[in-house]
Amino acid sequence: MFHWLEKNPFLFSVGVFIVIAFAGLVEILPSFANAARPIKGLKPYTVLELAGKEVYKKDNCIACHSQLIRPFKAETDRYGQYSLSGEYAYDRPFLWGSKRTGPDLHRVGNYRTPDWHANHMWDPKSVVPASIMPAYKHQFKNIADLETAYAEAVTVKKVFNTPYGDEIQPSKAAFEKYYKEKALPEAMKIAKAMKNKDVLEQVKQGKIPEIVALIAYLERLK
Amino acid sequence: MQSSAALEYDYSVAKLYMWTMVIFGIVGMSIGVLIASQLAFPELNYLFGEYGTFSRLRPLHTNVVIYGFTVSGIMMSFYYSAPRVLKVSLGELPFFKFLAKFGFVIYLIAATFMVISELMGITASKEYAQMEWPLDVAIVVYWVIWGVVMFGLIGARREKALYISLWYYIACFLGVAMLYLFNNMEVPTYFFSGGLGHWYHSVSMYAGTNDALVQWWWGHNAVAFVFTVPIIAIIYYFLPKESGQAVYSYKLSLLSFWGLMFVYLWAGGHHLLWSTVPDWMQTMGSVFSVVLILPSWGSAINMLLTMKGEWNQLTENPLIKFMVLASTFYMLSTLEGPIQAVKSVNAIAHFTDWIPGHVHDGVLGWVAFMIFAAAMHAAPRVFKREIYSKSLLEAQFWIQTTGVVLYFTSMWIAGITQGMMWRAVDEYGNLMYSFIDTVSVLHPYYTIRAIGGLLYLTGMFMFAYNFVMTATAGRKLEQEPQFRSPMA
Repeated sequence: MFHWLEKNPFLFSVGVFIVIAFAGLVEILPSFANAARPIKGLKPYTVLELAGKEVYKKDNCIACHSQLIRPFKAETDRYGQYSLSGEYAYDRPFLWGSKRTGPDLHRVGNYRTPDWHANHMWDPKSVVPASIMPAYKHQFKNIADLETAYAEAVTVKKVFNTPYGDEIQPSKAAFEKYYKEKALPEAMKIAKAMKNKDVLEQVKQGKIPEIVALIAYLERLK
Repeated sequence: MQSSAALEYDYSVAKLYMWTMVIFGIVGMSIGVLIASQLAFPELNYLFGEYGTFSRLRPLHTNVVIYGFTVSGIMMSFYYSAPRVLKVSLGELPFFKFLAKFGFVIYLIAATFMVISELMGITASKEYAQMEWPLDVAIVVYWVIWGVVMFGLIGARREKALYISLWYYIACFLGVAMLYLFNNMEVPTYFFSGGLGHWYHSVSMYAGTNDALVQWWWGHNAVAFVFTVPIIAIIYYFLPKESGQAVYSYKLSLLSFWGLMFVYLWAGGHHLLWSTVPDWMQTMGSVFSVVLILPSWGSAINMLLTMKGEWNQLTENPLIKFMVLASTFYMLSTLEGPIQAVKSVNAIAHFTDWIPGHVHDGVLGWVAFMIFAAAMHAAPRVFKREIYSKSLLEAQFWIQTTGVVLYFTSMWIAGITQGMMWRAVDEYGNLMYSFIDTVSVLHPYYTIRAIGGLLYLTGMFMFAYNFVMTATAGRKLEQEPQFRSPMA
């Protein structure tokens, strides 16, 4: 019955393509615009937070931690209010994760402090004795890449109209100004709350270690 | 029309992919065993400093086994079997042969940079699509080249009707092309910010819930069009060839093919149950996942019935063992998946180790077994030598089967245990366990899983040795074996 189709590779391929493309059109397109809308009062990530998100991606926290609280009592008791679509409106990419070897982090900013995070990343067993998470000591040494994070802010402002202010401009000078006036003071606040002298010293010298950016990002998750 | 016996096939490209399949298999599975062991024994995280943590290595494991081992295995099988079912040799088409080799070079370069960039932590952070945009571009070029070679071969074919395997290869090509392109739509930040930051960094076109939808439309269908569709192409060629049996039912293969094509794409939503995507999409994902049992089992049953009346081969020929068990694992895996896609089951299973357990009974039991069998069936024809050792092949089969069983049983228990502990409440309705309790309890299962993985890796080494020896030291064959592969 389909023999004629199997002798015509072109029509066959067109047929296959239509059959497989169909589902994507019906399932993904209808709610696209709706799902892109932020909840009221949601602010885009600061450049320091974006740099922290890059550290989160680089050390691939997503391998073990989700950022999606499901609407079950057991989850809301453990992690807080269940996640809403509009909360993720500025998450490019989304970082829901698919495996919880460690706990969910979507609202970790509500119940941990910068100091706790610093201790945890330096030596997880110091705060959770049975932890199987590796230590991330290199985050205290490596310097966060704020320039790339800034470039990301510029890009999403331009391409997706993410509501950043005038301080986000596509130039090196604008970045350097932003770094000095906005990013460093923001990092300083975190560094002071971390109680780690070496890190504080670095920030005072104008350098921002990865751990500071990461904690800024984790503190933002609320 | 020429008969196939008169045609001398050119296996130069198939050979290249054979070797990368073996190498990536060893590398990818070794990393897998390492990260499985890290979960049981966390001290193993510190072997390679910043580059050796579980989190950094986990995507490296998945990418090397998917894009390295599996894609090499698929290409090896394609370049071996497609010319044979089309009755045209790649050697007759110098331009397409050059393109195929050129594609291989791009593949090798992209794979190398994939490994380096993932070790460095350069990632787009979407699962199975971690590669940043320069590598995405290379992969698109590679894929297009494969398509051109495939349709070039088809254009020059002497056999007019496309064999079932070709349907699946065409679907693999189209499906991956569409999904990969749409999921990896990203904006390079360097060019939009006036040259700030790293040139290779990009930001996803989609945000939040939309990004999740597109990602799992891809993520699930990467499983469909890399781990299922081309592997079915492999079994439809290699099982009938090795057993000398005709495919049981043409109608069943037709039904399974078009059924699979239509249904698979809908099922992606089952990765997002209880998330923030609209409820109707979740339900669609759930329902179609269950429907998916039909076409999946259709192919598997068609393959099993192909052995009708010839079941004695199962005891005599280890390659038939691999392929029959692979079909069986395919059935297990495609029954388990729909069960996990039921919303109430998913509430327990999601985020737990049951999911990697499910993936691995599919990939270890079905995908890799089929690739091993295909490579060993092709080896005597390609190298014109007898398979080096039958007993080694038998031993590999049993060791790896034991490994897979240890892997998925331990992960079933681990997953369900953890899922139940997360939701357990005491008589007053308070949570019974802190999170770390639900981690500590998994230690024995993580250990068993690591042992299962180690057994499977051992089998991989046995296969590699057997394969290399076949290619270099097997007894020479005067004449191409017709069906059953000769082995010492």
